[in-house]
Amino acid sequence: MNAIALVKHVPDTAQLSSALDGLKLMAEGPRIINPWDEYAVEECLKLREAHGGQVTVLSLGPAQATEALKQGLAMGADQAVLVSDPAFEGGDTLGTARALAAAITKLGTWDIVIAGRSALDGDTAQTAIQVAALLGVPQLTYVAHIREINFEAQTISVERMLEGGREVLTSRLPCVVSVVKEINEPRYPSFMGIRKAAKASIPAWTAADLNLDPATVGAAASGVSWAEVSLPPAREGACQIITGDTPEAMAAALVDKLMAEKII
Amino acid sequence: MDFVLNDEHKMVQKMVRDFAQKEAAPLIKEYDRKREFPMQLLPRMAELGLLGVCIPVKYGGAGMDYISLGIVSEGLEWADSSARETIAVHTGLNSLTIFQWGTEAQKQRYLAPQARGEKIACFGLTESGAGSDVGAMTSHARRQGDGYVLNGEKMWITLADVADNFLVFAKTEPGEGNRGISAFIVERGFPGVTTGTIHGKMGVHASNTGWISLNDVFVPAENLLGQEGEGFKIAMSALDSGRYTVAAGAVGLMRACLEEAVGYAQERETFGKPIGQHQLVQQLIARMVQRIELAELYVYKVGWLKNQGSRNTRETSLAKWYTTEAAWATASDAVQVLGAYGYSDEYNVERHLRNVKGSVIYEGTSQIHELMQGAYALGYRRDKPLRCELPAYDPEVWQAEE
Repeated sequence: MNAIALVKHVPDTAQLSSALDGLKLMAEGPRIINPWDEYAVEECLKLREAHGGQVTVLSLGPAQATEALKQGLAMGADQAVLVSDPAFEGGDTLGTARALAAAITKLGTWDIVIAGRSALDGDTAQTAIQVAALLGVPQLTYVAHIREINFEAQTISVERMLEGGREVLTSRLPCVVSVVKEINEPRYPSFMGIRKAAKASIPAWTAADLNLDPATVGAAASGVSWAEVSLPPAREGACQIITGDTPEAMAAALVDKLMAEKII
Repeated sequence: MDFVLNDEHKMVQKMVRDFAQKEAAPLIKEYDRKREFPMQLLPRMAELGLLGVCIPVKYGGAGMDYISLGIVSEGLEWADSSARETIAVHTGLNSLTIFQWGTEAQKQRYLAPQARGEKIACFGLTESGAGSDVGAMTSHARRQGDGYVLNGEKMWITLADVADNFLVFAKTEPGEGNRGISAFIVERGFPGVTTGTIHGKMGVHASNTGWISLNDVFVPAENLLGQEGEGFKIAMSALDSGRYTVAAGAVGLMRACLEEAVGYAQERETFGKPIGQHQLVQQLIARMVQRIELAELYVYKVGWLKNQGSRNTRETSLAKWYTTEAAWATASDAVQVLGAYGYSDEYNVERHLRNVKGSVIYEGTSQIHELMQGAYALGYRRDKPLRCELPAYDPEVWQAEE
């Protein structure tokens, strides 16, 4: 079993306040591993525990992104690969997906790629889907539970989290899965894992290593640009206290108002 | 000179913060109200390796350095002082002291299971009539056959009712003051050992504080730590480890206070604007930041000195004195920012304020540290080399399996 977890090193949006310029935070602020990707790493580790094999963590980003990869190694992943090249800078999700798909292909035989449902910064939830499309394999998104996985028969059955309930899908392997936080509880890294991760040397693959034409991945190929990043406007709400002589009169007044607002 | 935490430290920091946020903090308010020790945290802390974080792997520890011990203390006290007190006592005062002074047999028998968290340990120095004046202790040990018979009562002992092993100090030469003190490793199972919990504390309600009574307790000679009469030096070196965790923990407590105060100051409005926009509230917040940043720098310097194997009694004392006083002021200011809400246990800052008063008192009162610093500066006090120094951190030795 070869599982690959996609992780992203993202700006810590908890640090985003009205006092900070959003674009500046995105570019220069403190960074963390994308929280949803920790669930992806955990699910890969659980698959390895149940079926044996190897877990690889893969990330695209500047050299600093090795911190996210080291987090994956500290949790227990066997190896980590960084995809990093100035040529990737300013790329959109499709450019990122092209580089990640090329890296996955370079890694050799694999059974499953797992990513978090989206990244904390862009929140597009597109990259994993685009990776699946570029690799020509099925995509199972918003997965809350892997019901069954059979690496010999190359099949998988999952529960997808939908707004109104859960959807059960079966697919063939290999495939790309994106997971929601209901799927597991990510483990803490062990001290042994931390020591191993701190010492690990992580290869950085460039566009040339992946035989990618720089014109297809970076800012030049990007269909989107970030004009501005800001906090959502503060919620404006007015509080109204209902008065009345008796609890019954107050309840009746409340019901009238709720009906007038078409809430009930 | 380098002020950046390395990759290992950053990962330890994240791991401890996650643990504090997800597992410790949600329990604490309830246990603080109930005045109970959350026993369920101990096996989790053991499993994560926190209880032996800076002990070499071959003695059951996690093989990390002394800066990591500081990071763990800071991360835990962010949630509550009680969680950090466990590290201060179990890891700092007891386990590191056995690591520093113990024989190989003592390390195998006591340090290793403690570092793995299979046994919990505490430190019995203080008595009802002997706190700052250690030499006034009345507990005594008399030689009998191939061991000692201990009698006495220890008071204000963190984890007294929880611990399996006790590092206890008693006089082998009652007329000799500090020079007559010796250190003994006592197990809960030794006949004549009883413990109890002290109630009515101002803070650290989620920690266990109690007494240890020793009534004709026979302790085999191989459980003497160090040499006869070396107890005072051993106790003071233990405090060099314990005080460091108290100082680092105070930084975490201050961070928790700052976070709560900033969050509240941005939300709460008076006179038509968030209170954070009032200059006097900004002043309170600015002073918190000032104390935190300075305290953290100094705490990590002490951790670095420990890693180098440099004697750090003076620096550790200064760190403990400054950070706990700073934390007392910071918690008080945080309560002030939150006003009436800060005074209620709906928020955390009142608990931090109650807790941190303990830190200003235990492991050397502020007054003891002031005296020490004055004496160092005036040349009245000098640290002589110890027979056994706390070893410098060497990753190869710490991480070797054998």
